[in-house]
Amino acid sequence: MSKYLANRLLQTIPTVFLITVVVFLMLHLSPGDPVLVFIGDKQSTPEQREKVREDMGLNRPLHVQYLTYMGNALRGDLGRSLQTNVPVMAQIVNRLPWTIELSFAALFIASVIGISVGIIAALYHNTIIDTLAMAFALVGISMPVYWSSLLLILFFAVRLRVLPAIGQGGVERLILPATALALVSAGSLARMVRSSMLEVLNQDFVLTARSKGITERIVVIRHVLRNALIPVVTILGLILGYTLSGAVITETIFARLGIGQKYVEAVVQKDFTVVQGMTLFIAMMYVLVNIAVDVIYAFIDPRIRYD
Amino acid sequence: MTNVDATPAELDGAQSSKWSRFFRRVVRSRNVVAGATILVVVTLLVALAPHISPYSPTEQFRRNRLQPADAEFLLGTDNLGRDIWSRILYGGQVSLQVGIISVAIGATLGALLGLLAGYLGGHADTIIMRFIDVMMAFPGILLSLVIVAVLGRNLHNVMVAVGLSSVPVYTRVVRGSTLSVKQFDFIVAAQALGGSSWRIMMRHILPNVAAPLTVVATNGVASAIITGAALSFLGLGQQPPDPEWGLMLNEGREFIRVAAWVTTFPGMAIMVTVLSINLLGDGLRDILDPRLKL
Repeated sequence: MSKYLANRLLQTIPTVFLITVVVFLMLHLSPGDPVLVFIGDKQSTPEQREKVREDMGLNRPLHVQYLTYMGNALRGDLGRSLQTNVPVMAQIVNRLPWTIELSFAALFIASVIGISVGIIAALYHNTIIDTLAMAFALVGISMPVYWSSLLLILFFAVRLRVLPAIGQGGVERLILPATALALVSAGSLARMVRSSMLEVLNQDFVLTARSKGITERIVVIRHVLRNALIPVVTILGLILGYTLSGAVITETIFARLGIGQKYVEAVVQKDFTVVQGMTLFIAMMYVLVNIAVDVIYAFIDPRIRYD
Repeated sequence: MTNVDATPAELDGAQSSKWSRFFRRVVRSRNVVAGATILVVVTLLVALAPHISPYSPTEQFRRNRLQPADAEFLLGTDNLGRDIWSRILYGGQVSLQVGIISVAIGATLGALLGLLAGYLGGHADTIIMRFIDVMMAFPGILLSLVIVAVLGRNLHNVMVAVGLSSVPVYTRVVRGSTLSVKQFDFIVAAQALGGSSWRIMMRHILPNVAAPLTVVATNGVASAIITGAALSFLGLGQQPPDPEWGLMLNEGREFIRVAAWVTTFPGMAIMVTVLSINLLGDGLRDILDPRLKL
């Protein structure tokens, strides 16, 4: 196990290195001049601009700039916003809890809905229940997050007035954005759980279990579910990535002051240092999530040995 | 699979019966028929927008702001008094274009990289797949957002961004299929006859990975439409006053309490279109490649 873990971490190193290079180059690839964004609408002479460029270190060789940036990043310093001069890391730390709360709530809702719909569809394979469940999954997959968000607001906040439409803090403000974010993933999870269940239901050990005369209920819980849900773990990381990035949209719609909302704002305002820092941060978080998922997978599936 | 010993005539025969079998299964598949029918209707409506839309999409009827649906304005008007039905027809042109063009970009580039990685193997494979890994470290819409942030925000860049960000999907599917096709005898035969790598990839491997590629690309159009509209929704794609479904959703958001129709109709347009494409993709998958899981 530890050998597998070590291998997995080693494999990640070149990827992480490339990610940092790509994210670092972002600032230099974009056509806008960060100096001009920093100066804003104020009048400036070429000398002043040159001074700012020097202060920001933008006239040094690229590799020096990269090493400085990464050195600082490793110490938790992702630079300052070009617009507000607030440290990027401080903004991330302030906003991260809201995004984490939303992403994990969405992951939870998606798992509960997706897994139960998938199980029910498989158990009632080829009946009207199965058809309805899969229709639900198809609609879920075809619902853009912004559309499901607005529908939920329209129904629960405007018509029924049972839940608040915007803001953050408290479960009641979390339900709508998390559900909106969860629907797409619930749809694809339901499909995956269903096909995984159907596969396991046809295996010999299930037949054996049934022929022992135990109730169908126990066969399903003890033998089928356990095996069918193992591959589902592999897409949990994917779903978390989706809910993390989908926060860009839900946070904007529901006016939640999380990372996603700030990210869009920074892209619109061409606040490159914020975009850069947040991109790097999210990518690193996602790499970690995927490692965690692989490790969990290796743990729970005894058939898998990577070493 | 192609039979190397067959004469060209025999191959033609096999080919045509394969096509007719494919066609019969397409016609019998409820998903494909339903999806394709809706999609054709949507495409026709959108393509004929200049002929069938009652008003210009940007014309403002100042006295009829936020008016509910009636005989004059089929789906009502928005906050500036613009006809929503006309805006949906014209806006659809943009959304469908984004879907198709970005998939063309992503699938071409992705398939090429997948073929190279799968067929050449070795260093080419390692380098290509490392870059794919890097792209995949930016989950979901984030990659398109990053690319739009770098290129600058406008509609063309949205197509490029959505296209580029879908490259990993195609690369992985084509690489996987290439690896298995590469094992077959007819490839070995083609190599023994001295066919160049490029020729073998294009003439022998590509036709054999076309099925999974088609399935993924079909569903890819649906997700490209969703992502493209999302970027316009966030203000990074189509700019006002021109219509686009995602942008219309965003513009109507403010008035959702007093005039829900401004948001619901463009939302329904996106969903019906995406749903029909997904139906078509699911049906095609069942026919072309039952094992492929998405």
